[in-house]
Parts: sequence; structure tokens; C-alpha cells
Amino acid sequence: MYGQWVLTALLAWPVLAALVVLLVPPRWAKHVAFAASLLEFALSVPLWWTFAPNGGIQYVLDLPWIPAWGIRYTVGLDGISLFLVLLATFLVPLSVLGSYSYITTRERGFYALLLVLTSGMIGVFVALDLFLFYVMWEVMLIPMYFIIGVWGGERRLYAAIKFFIYTFLGSLLMLLAILALVYVVGQRTGVYSFSYGHLLAHLGGLGALAYWLFGAFFLAFAIKVPMFPFHTWLPDAHVEAPTAGSVILAAVLLKMGTYGFLRFAMPLFPAVALDPAVQRIIVTLSLIGIVYGGLVAMVQPDFKKLIAYSSVAHLGFVMLGIWALTLQSVQGALLVMINHGISTGALFFLVGMLYERRHSRLIDSFGGIAKVVPLLSAVLTIVSLSSIGLPATNGFVGEFLVLLGVFRSYPLAAVIASAGVIIAAMYLLPALQRVIYNPLDKSTNEKLADLTPREIAVLAPLVACILWIGVYPQPILRRMEPAARQFIQTVRLNAAAFTAVR
Amino acid sequence: MTLDLARSLDLLQALLPELVLTTAGMVVLLLTAWRHRTPADLRLAGWVSLAGLAAAGAAAWWLWWNTARAAGAPAMIAVDDFRFVLDWLFLGSAGLTVLVSFDYLERERLLAPEYYVLLLFGTLGMMLMVGGDDLMVVFLGLELMSVSVYVLAGINRHSAAAAEAALKYFLLGAFASGFLLYGIALVYGATATTNLSQIGSQVRSLGLEHSPMLLAGLGLLLVGFGFKVAAVPFHMWAPDVYDGAPTPVTGFMTTAVKAAAFAALVRVLVEAFSAVAAWHGIVWWLAVATMVAGNLIALAQHTVKRMLAYSSIAHAGYLLVAVAAGSAAGSAALVFYLVAYALMTLAAFALLAAKGRDGERDVRIDDLAGLGQRRPWLAGALAICMLSLLGFPGTVGFIGKWYILVAATAAGRLPLAAILVLTSVVSAGYYLPVIMAMYMKPEPFEQAHAGMRLGRLGGVAVAVSVAGLLVLGVRPNRLLDLAKTSGEALHAGPARIVPGAPPSTATAR
Repeated sequence: MYGQWVLTALLAWPVLAALVVLLVPPRWAKHVAFAASLLEFALSVPLWWTFAPNGGIQYVLDLPWIPAWGIRYTVGLDGISLFLVLLATFLVPLSVLGSYSYITTRERGFYALLLVLTSGMIGVFVALDLFLFYVMWEVMLIPMYFIIGVWGGERRLYAAIKFFIYTFLGSLLMLLAILALVYVVGQRTGVYSFSYGHLLAHLGGLGALAYWLFGAFFLAFAIKVPMFPFHTWLPDAHVEAPTAGSVILAAVLLKMGTYGFLRFAMPLFPAVALDPAVQRIIVTLSLIGIVYGGLVAMVQPDFKKLIAYSSVAHLGFVMLGIWALTLQSVQGALLVMINHGISTGALFFLVGMLYERRHSRLIDSFGGIAKVVPLLSAVLTIVSLSSIGLPATNGFVGEFLVLLGVFRSYPLAAVIASAGVIIAAMYLLPALQRVIYNPLDKSTNEKLADLTPREIAVLAPLVACILWIGVYPQPILRRMEPAARQFIQTVRLNAAAFTAVR
Repeated sequence: MTLDLARSLDLLQALLPELVLTTAGMVVLLLTAWRHRTPADLRLAGWVSLAGLAAAGAAAWWLWWNTARAAGAPAMIAVDDFRFVLDWLFLGSAGLTVLVSFDYLERERLLAPEYYVLLLFGTLGMMLMVGGDDLMVVFLGLELMSVSVYVLAGINRHSAAAAEAALKYFLLGAFASGFLLYGIALVYGATATTNLSQIGSQVRSLGLEHSPMLLAGLGLLLVGFGFKVAAVPFHMWAPDVYDGAPTPVTGFMTTAVKAAAFAALVRVLVEAFSAVAAWHGIVWWLAVATMVAGNLIALAQHTVKRMLAYSSIAHAGYLLVAVAAGSAAGSAALVFYLVAYALMTLAAFALLAAKGRDGERDVRIDDLAGLGQRRPWLAGALAICMLSLLGFPGTVGFIGKWYILVAATAAGRLPLAAILVLTSVVSAGYYLPVIMAMYMKPEPFEQAHAGMRLGRLGGVAVAVSVAGLLVLGVRPNRLLDLAKTSGEALHAGPARIVPGAPPSTATAR
């Protein structure tokens, strides 16, 4: 019972809760939303124990939806999507809690959209029907668009429409590619089905079309990741979004892009993915993302923008790890995805808390606040160090695994990427120093309040995760290993099969 | 049910929906001659019209339920699912327009009950267009529809813009009719018949695929229909006419009138000219030009009504993609999209009419600022319409576009599908500002939306449409089946059953 319906419940519950949030009195909205998202998290926690690492795709529910077109409602979970779902359900309650004092207008709408967004995110990670995947992919776009556009900062309209148009362009081309893929496979097998399993089992025969289709998928996912040079929407969206929006955007939405590569783009078009020319392009773009993201982050006066560019660099590591196709690198990439969600999420929370106190995000408006707000400074230090990748924090484990794995496939790339780790220290440590150390020379900073219990409740789980994964990542690695192995096998075997046919 | 159209009784049965609607029109006409002075008379005429539309819909449903099919020699009337489903679309659009008009006419002090008569006869013309299996019937239907709509466009005699719109529409419409008629004449010259299926068989048996006279006739037909569906480059009249006409009439024109023209176009092309390859390329280019020009020009508009006018041209382009697919799936996609488009556009125009009061032409997109807080329900409905027009998942607009893409891909028109997708992205540039204004910009001044009034019946119409948009967006199965059978009916050709054969056993569905 739990196994079959849990994913559907995870999808349906936030939407129902959103309706309730819309109906209750405004001052209750945040409490109802918090309770609902906590319940959602509680609903998802048993997945951690009931998940069988070697069980392949689990918790499957498969119902007909639009039979005329071979569209089904198919959801399921494997070792890759498990952690992304958990990450999403884990971060949403924290985001709600973190918005308690940040969001002061139209609260009902905000929290309802946040809950709908939850459904969309989980839907993307569990959909095993390409039509359903596309629908979910688009569904999460609208709440985010509203969250940025209504509750954002000064240039929110510009940021919101940029975010929308970029994503929409990529996803519509992907839609076309999905259609063409289904049509070609259908013509050969006689079964027109959008089912992921069916398409995966009947690959081949695409010829040169495969490059076009891969290109469309690549564009959709690369915009979302975002890979250089498709990243320009990200700083705007992050800077203008309210705290909760930034957190969710960085922690979960960006992962949809990398997840898309893992789940769809590479397994469905293995021959293209293993084409040396394509590999060279993507590895190069990832490296540019790592180095360029870091260098641009270094010169940002705005703390939030700095973190936004650091995301570009971190996601570059993920892409590199995925594309190296070794067990370590893929596992490392998966881990970086989770780590980035936790660390960057925490950083955005902290910047949001500073902003609420000081109404500024400029690094220069702070300085020496460690004396005034010791607790906040301590947390900021831990989180920054984890984002840099200091050993004993989560950041280290993931990036180390990626570098280790990449070194076996692309030694030179591993060397350049290592420089990225150093660059991370070069942009975060000076920023940290200018914010919390240095002399306390601004009188406005002398009366800042330290963390409130509510803020501690938001940050404590994140810090706990940072340390836990940093010290003992084994439970996570164990659960994702078979899925990572499976992914590599699928890509390599299918690619080999195609090359043999040709 | 098999109807031998050579027998009067069977012919009357086959024409039952049209006859019912004619009777209703006559009744309303008499009624308005009798009583046309007070708002109460206006409402009475409206209710009788609604009843007439419902009765005609029931008649069409009766024929459909009994799977009525024509038998015997090719006749002037087609009896197939394509006709019935589109009849419902026309009648439904007209019904929603009547609902919206109740409040609108009184508010605008348009005490002209003839409005409803014209609406009914216009709808009748559409039904004849889609039911006609003969170019003459199609033409008669087209003229009946056009003449009614010319008058409807200018029914507000106090408005100079409406008068301009009506005159422009009349002049260019007459021009287009001329093209159409000359095209029919040339086609008759080449094939010696005006019956659609006979033209088809003549073309095949006489090898007329490359006959210059037939091709010239086909070209002129395409020009004539191109005017009626407002395809670029024959769209010049559309923005001004849509902009100037009373808003509910604009809604009616952009949905039902356009749907009728598309339906007739597809029937003519598929039944008569399926063997002629020439039109595929022409329609291909028409579709591209219409999508690109419509979407790009819409980007530059500041008033909501004119933006919707250009958006309607853009949607004509999407529909032309379905026509260009040339397959049964394409026709089915066309039917589906026409229904989807009718729902979203009628609701959008109804909401605009509510906002406009005395001058809906002047409602700029920025005038909607802050509507989201002041009137959450109306703003929500308009936002859903915009998302559906954009083709966003969860709304019927997405399923419709998806269907067109499926048909285009299956017919090997991948470049056309790609252009559709890219121009859809462009359309986000003018649909989203409406949402942005409503939710993300502050109200310009207190009471900016105080005068917005939809009326109870208008509210019903909008609620029905928006609910339809959402429900069909998630669960389109039933409508898909209907669209599929109607599309296939068109391509199966007129399945003539020889008289005297045992009647078809299909009864219950």
C-alpha cells in the first residue's frame, strides 16, 4: 500500500494543502503551510528505509491517462531520484519556516505557490512517462515565475520573465524532441508509447536525427543546470527572488537539469552522449562553468549574486562528474547535487537573514559582525567552508569523488577542475572575512540581533546534514551506488550496441 | 441510421439541426418585430435564442447518437461526425456569446434585439458551411454567415470605430467572396461539377492534377478562405475589425466564424482536392507566414483587444499547421484545437468586455495592473485563459497544440512543428505581460477596477469556459475521441451505402 501510493500521495498532498492554504485566514497561512510541508516530509522519510538499493526502479504506480496517445501516469523511484525527492521534501518545510518574517504581503498566495511548486518538483523526479515528465517540468515553472515576479526585489519583473522565457524555450524544443522520438520508435515497433521503459528498450535507428533530438534535450537541461553560456538567467533570478525562492531554485530546480541528463538525455541517446566530439564540448563547457563561475563570483559586490555564480561553478562539477562516466565520478556528481542543495540553500537562508536585519546584501555594508552576531557568524563560517569543500564537510566528499573519477577519464580536466576548488576558496573566504571579521566600522551594524530560535530551527538541520555527510556519507553512497552503476551500464552498453549495428 | 438524401423525408431529417435553428431565428425575428423597446424585451429575445440554440444542439446530438449517415448518390449535404461535432462548437460558441451579451448590451445601451436574430442566422450559415458537401452550399452558408456578421460588427451605431470595422469587413469580405466564387466557377469549369466528392473523383479519373484551370480555381479558393480565416498575407482587415466590433461579437468572430471557415476549408481540400498536391506547399507557407507575422506583431501591441486580435491571427497559423498536415490526424487536431481555442478566446473576450465598460478598445495591458488583488476570481480566470492561449500544460491549449504537433510530426512536417514551437515561445512575450500586470504591478489608483462588471450570466459563461479549459486540459480523452472520429469521417470519404441494403446496426454508443 505505502509502496504503491506514496509517490502519488507526495504529488497530491501539496496541491490539496495549497487549496487549504488559500482558504484559511491570511495570518494562519504560514502555519498551515508549515504543517502541511512537515507532513509531506514525514510521508517521504520512510522511503529512506524501505528503499532497496539493488531493487532498480521502485514504488511504481502505472495507470492509463490518455490511452489514445499511449500516455500513462507512471511514477517510480530509483537510487538517483530518491535523494532528490528527499532533498525537496526536506527543504520545503525549512523554506516555509525561513519565510515567516520575510514574506509579509499576500501570504496565502505565496505559501500556496510554494506547495504547488513542491508537487511540480517531485513530479519531475518521479515521472517515468515522458509526457508526464514534460507536464511536471512546465508545471513547476509557473509557481516559480510568480514567486520571483510578485515577491521579488527591485528588478523582479525583468528577472521573472527572463527566467520564464529561457526555460520555456528550452522545454518546448524538448517537447518536440520527445514527440519525434516517440514517433520514430513507434513507427519501428508499432507501439506509440511515451513510457520511459518502452523507449529505453527500443532505442536505435535514429541515425542523424539522434543528434538533433539530443540537442533539443541538451538545450532544455543545459539552460536549467545552468551550463555556461546558458546561465545568464540565473544571477538575475537568484538576486531578485525572495529567500525561499532562491533556496528552492538553487537547491532543487537546478538539479532538474542534471537529473534530466542522467535520466533522459544520456540513456536515451547514448551514441551521441559517447561521441568524442560531443563529450569534448560538454566537458569543456563544464570546465568553463567551473572556472568562469568562480572568477565572476570573486568580483561580485552582492553576496547573493556571489552565491548565484558559485552555483554555476558547483553545477559544473556535477556535469563533469556525470560525463566522465566512472562510478566514482557519477556518485560524486550525485553527492555534489545533494551537497549543493544543502550548502547553497543554507547560504541563501543566511544571506536572507542578513538582509532582513540590514536591508542590504552588499558585502561592503557588513564587516566585523562576528562580535555582534556570533551564532550567525559561526553558522555562516561552517556553511561557507562546506561550500568551499573543506574536509569533514559534505562539500569535500562530493567534489573529491568527482575529481577522483574524472581523473581516470579526463586527467587534464581533473587538473583544471581542481583549480576550481581553489577558486572557491578565493571567492568565499574573502567575502566571509569582509562580512564577519574585519573591524566593525559601520554603526548600523552594531545593533544587529543574533539568530532567533526560529532561525536556528531553520539552520540547525542543514548544519547537521553538512557535518553528517562530511563525516559519514556511506549510507547515502550505498543507496545510490547500484543506480549509478546501472546508469553507466545503460549508457555504455546501449552505445556499444549501436556502434556494433553501424 | 441511414438517410437516403434523395427522399424528402430523409433530407429533412438530415437537415434537422439547421431547420430547428431557422425556425428559432424566425421566431426571434417575429418576437423582436413585436417587442423591441425595453431591456426586458432584449432579455426575452436572448432567452428564446438560447432555447433555439439548445434545441438545434439537441437535434445535432440526435443525429450523432443514431450515427446518421448518408446513402445514395452524392448529395449537397454531408452527414458525418465532422459536421455534428463542429455544429456543437458553433452552437456552443453562440450560446456563450448570448450569455455574455445579456449584460453587455444593456450596459452599452444597445437596445437592438436584432442582435440575437443575426447571431442565430450567422450560426446557421456556419452550420451550412460545414455541412455542405457542395461548393454552392458552402458558398451560401458563407454568405449567410458573413452578411450577419457584417451587421453584427457595426451594430453599435454610436461608435465610429464599429462603423469603420463593419465597412472594412464588408468591403474586404465581399472582395474575398468574389475570389471564392470565381474559384468555384473555375473548378466547375475544370470538373463539370460543384459537388465536393465528385470533384475529387473527377480529378482522379480524368487526371486533372495539373490542369491549369483547376489549379487556378484552387488558388482562388485558397485566397478566399485565406481572407476568411485571416491568414497572412490576407489578414489586413482582421485587427481593425476585431478591434472595432463590440467585444462579444469579436469573441464570436474570432472563434465561431474562424472555426467555420477552417472547417469548410478542410472539407473542401480533403474531399475535393486530396489528389492535388499543390495546396500542401501553399498552406505550408501560409502557416509559416501567419504564425511568424501574427506573433511578432502581437508583441508590439499595447491594448489588450488589439493584442488578442493579433494573437487570433497567430492561432490561425497554428490551425493552418494542422491543415498542412493533410492527414486524418491533422483534421482531428484541427477540430480539437478549434474547440480549445473557442473556450479560451470566448472567456478572454468576455472578461475584457467586463473590464472595458464604455471603451474596451482603450484598455491597455497596464490598465489591468493590480487586478489580481482587487478581483482575484476574474484575474485568475484571465490568467488561466492567457496560460491556455500560451499552450501551458494543465490547460486545454496545451493539449490542442500537442495534438497539432503530433499530427505535424507524424506527417513529416517537422520544420513546421519547430516553427510552431518557436513562435509559441515568442507568444509568451505578449501573454505573460497580462499576467504580470495583474499580479506583479500595483493598482495605479484606488478604485481602478471598481467599475468592472461581468454580470451573473456572463460569469456563468466564463466559469463554464474556464472549467472546461482546466478539465479538458487534464482529462481530454472524451473530446479526443470525438475529434478523432470526426477527423476520420472526413478522410474516409463519403461512405455511401447503397439504398436497399440492410440498415446499419450501430445504435447505442
